[in-house]
Amino acid sequence: MDVAVGLPELVAEEVRESRPARRWDVFLQPNFLLPALVLVVLVTCALFAGQVAPYDPLQTSLTARLQPPAFAGGTSAHLLGTDKLGRDVLSRIIWGARVSLSVSLLVILITATIGTTLGIVGGYLGGFMDALLMRITDVSLAFPGILIALLLAVTMGPSFTTVVLAVSLLGWAPYARLIRGEVLKLRNADFVLQARIIGCSPLRIMATHIFPNVVNPLLILSTISVGLVILVESALSYLGAGIPPPTATWGSMVSDGRGLIDTAWWISFFPGMAIGMVVLAGNYLGDWLRDRLDPRLRQI
Amino acid sequence: MGRQLVIRLLQSILSLLGMSLLIFVLVRLSGDPVDLMRTSTTTEADLANIRAQWGLDKSYPEQYWTFVSGIVRGDLGTSLIQRRPVTTMIGEALPNSLSLAGLAFVIGIGLAVVLGVLAATNRDSWLDNGVKFLAILGQALPGFWVGIVAIYVFSVYWHLLPTSGVGDPSHYVLPVLTLAFFLMPGMMRLVRSSMLDVLGSEYVKLARIKGLPEQTVIWKHALRNALIAPLTAAGAIFASLITGAVILETVFAWPGVGRLMVTAVSGRDFPVVQGITLMVAVVVLAVNLLVDITYAYVDPRIRL
Repeated sequence: MDVAVGLPELVAEEVRESRPARRWDVFLQPNFLLPALVLVVLVTCALFAGQVAPYDPLQTSLTARLQPPAFAGGTSAHLLGTDKLGRDVLSRIIWGARVSLSVSLLVILITATIGTTLGIVGGYLGGFMDALLMRITDVSLAFPGILIALLLAVTMGPSFTTVVLAVSLLGWAPYARLIRGEVLKLRNADFVLQARIIGCSPLRIMATHIFPNVVNPLLILSTISVGLVILVESALSYLGAGIPPPTATWGSMVSDGRGLIDTAWWISFFPGMAIGMVVLAGNYLGDWLRDRLDPRLRQI
Repeated sequence: MGRQLVIRLLQSILSLLGMSLLIFVLVRLSGDPVDLMRTSTTTEADLANIRAQWGLDKSYPEQYWTFVSGIVRGDLGTSLIQRRPVTTMIGEALPNSLSLAGLAFVIGIGLAVVLGVLAATNRDSWLDNGVKFLAILGQALPGFWVGIVAIYVFSVYWHLLPTSGVGDPSHYVLPVLTLAFFLMPGMMRLVRSSMLDVLGSEYVKLARIKGLPEQTVIWKHALRNALIAPLTAAGAIFASLITGAVILETVFAWPGVGRLMVTAVSGRDFPVVQGITLMVAVVVLAVNLLVDITYAYVDPRIRL
């Protein structure tokens, strides 16, 4: 790249070389290890649900309805109990991981792409375009996205596509705002001005000179978004506007147990714990990443 | 400031037009909204009738004009299921939502300010860490799940409070406190960090040098200025109040606007969903405008 950006990396390299033993320490902190472990379990469950889950998540069994978890008077056949149709709660949670993970990865891919493009274009070009984009961003940030998602669920009917579209529709705004702020700091940096002097087109400057310098904040926000997207997706499923049954999703499992809370608490309890743990892991990993890559970004 | 106020007002009206256009497009995204009414007994003639009645046989610009002029007249259409005006239905549900959200807002924000200040003035104490932990939990746990767990603990297990619905004041306890719990973390973090900034400033030092009691310095001199920065987040907090209310009204079977919306979603009653979304858009834009004006008023350095 060039001197302005290369310098801090050089300094950091020297510090690391003087203390070689500490190089891997950052990965041994519980702040990294615990959330990383949770996310590895999540990804494994999502990828190998068929091999990991003890039962078919859709297989009903009238003789094994509302079985309590193994540690609360149930049998070891169903570790986390069964629901009112006799489906194994643990197996459904494992299959539900696939929904949560695929929705959040797709949404983050879409929102990060749109948000980053708009942020770079607005921040670098400035002027009327920028003012308009920021106005739209402000409105998108202030609007409760769940209403737009519910509206889409009504008109398009609940499906995987609807959920991804609904969460993405306003979800790009935080990316646009963050990236624009970063670009404003970069647009008059020496290396950008030099690129302009030697005749680079605005498109080239934005793509090859500015973009690589906003990758860190982009990575941090994307990691933090994993939890947020999973929360929104599960809320939509809970409200009946998510991926329709019989597919096992964590939100709809909590919803299934709502009416049976006085007799079978485990149906709601465990999927909710799964959501909470994954969101917590995503948030912690995001914080850890931010402290490593860009401590200035405390506010996100 | 008058000129800027007018510009800001015009911007809000433009934003509202944009929102209405988005809603208009989204409702027609799947094609013909009347298709949603198709049942085994409807004939093509019935559907054509309904189309003519709603003006759906006209061109899109004409339809949009009818839609927008309806909003201006306070006409949000008629429910497909209840066959009643959407505005009447919202009017019936609104007081319930306002009392729930209002109480939760006062309790949640009040607690957030007090805890935020205490966390900042007792930095790195057990209190500070406890507040941080509470904030982390509030941001990670799904609201609907916490509501259900609260029902299990307080209603099913201890028989202290009713499980859901409206009635005597005890029905308010669980929904209000759960909603307040979700409103708190964001505001608490903001108050804490803003308070830490202010406590290091010159005029706080001066107030201390003057010999003012520490409590006066913190709660009167520092807090006033520490509340300016979190005001910018009021819009986002308002959005999360609405989101939380929609979810928790459903959990606690609370007959408010949020539950009306969710029931309408399962019945695919699109005029109701569209009407509520629009109403919320108006309120959100009005609140944000109000926040900006307040912000410029309390901090004269800020221009609208």
